[in-house]
Amino acid sequence: MAQVFNRRTNTIVRLGIFVGVPVILALLTATWWYYTRSDWVRDVGVAHAKVQPAGNIPGAGGYSHQLHVGGLKLDCRYCHTGVEISSNANIPPTETCMGCHAQILPKSTKLEYIRNSYEKDEPVQWNKVNDLPKFVYFNHSIHVAKGVGCSTCHGNIASMAVVYKTEALYMSWCLNCHRAPEKFLRPQSEIFNTAWTPPADQIAQGLKLKKDLNIRTSSQLTNCSICHR
Amino acid sequence: MQSSKQLKPPVTETYDSLLAPGQSLNSVTAKISDIILFPVLKTPLGWIIGFVAAGLLLMLYLYSLATLFTVGIGIWGINIPVAWGFDIINFVWWIGIGHAGTLISAILLLFRQDWRTSINRAAEAMTIFAVACAGIYPLIHTGRPWLDYWFLPYPSTLGMWPQFRSPLEWDVFAISTYATVSVLFWFVGLVPDLATLRDRSTSPIAKTLYGLASLGWRGAAKHWQRYEVASLLLAGLSTPLVLSVHSIISFDFAVAQLPGWHVTVFPPYFVAGAVYCGFAMVIVLMIPIRRWFGLEGLITMKHFDVMSKVMLASGMIVTYGYFGEIFYAWYSSSIYEYYLIVNRFTGPYAWSYWSLILFNVLIPQVLWSKKLRQNLPVLFFVSMAINVGMWFERWVIIVLSLHRDFLPSSWASYTPTFYDWSTYIGSFGLFFVLFLLFIRFIPMIAIFEVRDLVHKTTAHTAEHEDSGHAGA
Repeated sequence: MAQVFNRRTNTIVRLGIFVGVPVILALLTATWWYYTRSDWVRDVGVAHAKVQPAGNIPGAGGYSHQLHVGGLKLDCRYCHTGVEISSNANIPPTETCMGCHAQILPKSTKLEYIRNSYEKDEPVQWNKVNDLPKFVYFNHSIHVAKGVGCSTCHGNIASMAVVYKTEALYMSWCLNCHRAPEKFLRPQSEIFNTAWTPPADQIAQGLKLKKDLNIRTSSQLTNCSICHR
Repeated sequence: MQSSKQLKPPVTETYDSLLAPGQSLNSVTAKISDIILFPVLKTPLGWIIGFVAAGLLLMLYLYSLATLFTVGIGIWGINIPVAWGFDIINFVWWIGIGHAGTLISAILLLFRQDWRTSINRAAEAMTIFAVACAGIYPLIHTGRPWLDYWFLPYPSTLGMWPQFRSPLEWDVFAISTYATVSVLFWFVGLVPDLATLRDRSTSPIAKTLYGLASLGWRGAAKHWQRYEVASLLLAGLSTPLVLSVHSIISFDFAVAQLPGWHVTVFPPYFVAGAVYCGFAMVIVLMIPIRRWFGLEGLITMKHFDVMSKVMLASGMIVTYGYFGEIFYAWYSSSIYEYYLIVNRFTGPYAWSYWSLILFNVLIPQVLWSKKLRQNLPVLFFVSMAINVGMWFERWVIIVLSLHRDFLPSSWASYTPTFYDWSTYIGSFGLFFVLFLLFIRFIPMIAIFEVRDLVHKTTAHTAEHEDSGHAGA
């Protein structure tokens, strides 16, 4: 009777086991990695920045934090008024824009959408940059009050023409700080300094701040219900 | 089984030997492989009817699971405090059934018990399919089964590891190890038989498929030597698993502090219960199969006699556990433990406790009689009773402990819903579909092991009718 398998069968099977299986596993791992932790899947980085606001007139440019914060030295709280008292660091209403722009550049075509919004009483459609899932409880006021500065999470906003995500917002990233807050804490005077960099003795400073600000222990800060309520 | 062989000769039962008289190396190989090697289109009607019935049950199962995934576990009768219901009852029940296969294939191999040879293959297959049925329940009972990979310790973006101090996490490792080792052990044991099928089949498709599955087995002395080493190693790996898997499952309960769960006797009591139930299931499966396929010469009354004795012994250990629980309740002086027993005896679910005692303790006592042990209808009935009784045992442990908590304000009751039942009954569909495929395409008795037994038990002169050396 003829042979069922030809003479190369063993070689083919060995190749499949020792080359094919590792290659498939490597491809699967790479795909998994890319779809769960790449900047692409989490919209991190300047490449994923979206011009603000969403309903902007094409060609008119957009709102620039670089100009307002970096150039004009506006304080974060001028627009995001709730950051110290609310869970939500609010997006400003059009009235806040018009407070200045009724007098400054009142005829500029670049500001036409702001004037339209003001006249028609329709909110400006801003793009959400950092969108936390709804099962996470997050409060801006407590972080600001306990020595976590804006730039720790949002990056150097003053340098961004168009704001983009600088962190992927993984739970591991949250826990990174909740497990060892001293690595990130800064004095109250530096909270809104977007260019703050940690000093050489950050850990010592951080531990002192942690004590002075009555920050809870890391086991309390990593309790599930601190963030998942 | 050829379809032409409808009229069976009257069965002559063998009581004192593991093989009926007149078995030879050739007759064993022919008998077992002829059950498989015939064209697909000539599959016996009985098998087709069974497969369709099992397939319908499987459809019911898939329907129940689809509803569960789209609607959520609210379709089940569970509540707070009875947060575990049919899901965990069925999980423990199925995984217990698997234990007989591992005991037969591993421990009895190490102890050189010849009576395992005719039943180990089917029992191991039963193990794997029962573990598959069991493993599904903890995966689907999580509420969001698509996140079940969270059970596994992998470098996750959550920055968290599973809770290694939880027995539920130990389950993940216990069951996945058990499933892996069982499948490997089963497959390694199959290789020589798959090679026999490759050599005996005439269809080129069957030749190719069996040939691929037999991994180039030629029956060389080197092959046999490697086979022996591999199967001994796997038997060594499996042996602690027989004890560890169900011990760890008992920790799911024993590590908790609920009355009726927080008992140190649980590990041995669970392992004995698993062996008890598993052997009952082997008997329930084997009695019809040997009749349908005419295997009375290979699975003799001696096999059933030995299995009944194992069942009786493990049943007595389980019974000791039941008395133990009553004793602990009294000796602990804890009103909660004491109330638990009173509630078992007289509470709203007392009927389930007394059913458990009837099915697991009273009915199996008939196995003391050798005459009744070797009466197949009686044995079948007793084995079914044990399967039901062991299901009731898990019901009693889970539901009766949960529904009466420490505080009367948190007491509740549990009523299974349609979906509880359909997810249970449907799992039989999965089991029997797999089992029927197994008996149709894979030798359900280890050919080479029975040939070895023939070689050992028959006079040396008779072996020359066999031409080759591939057998033993």
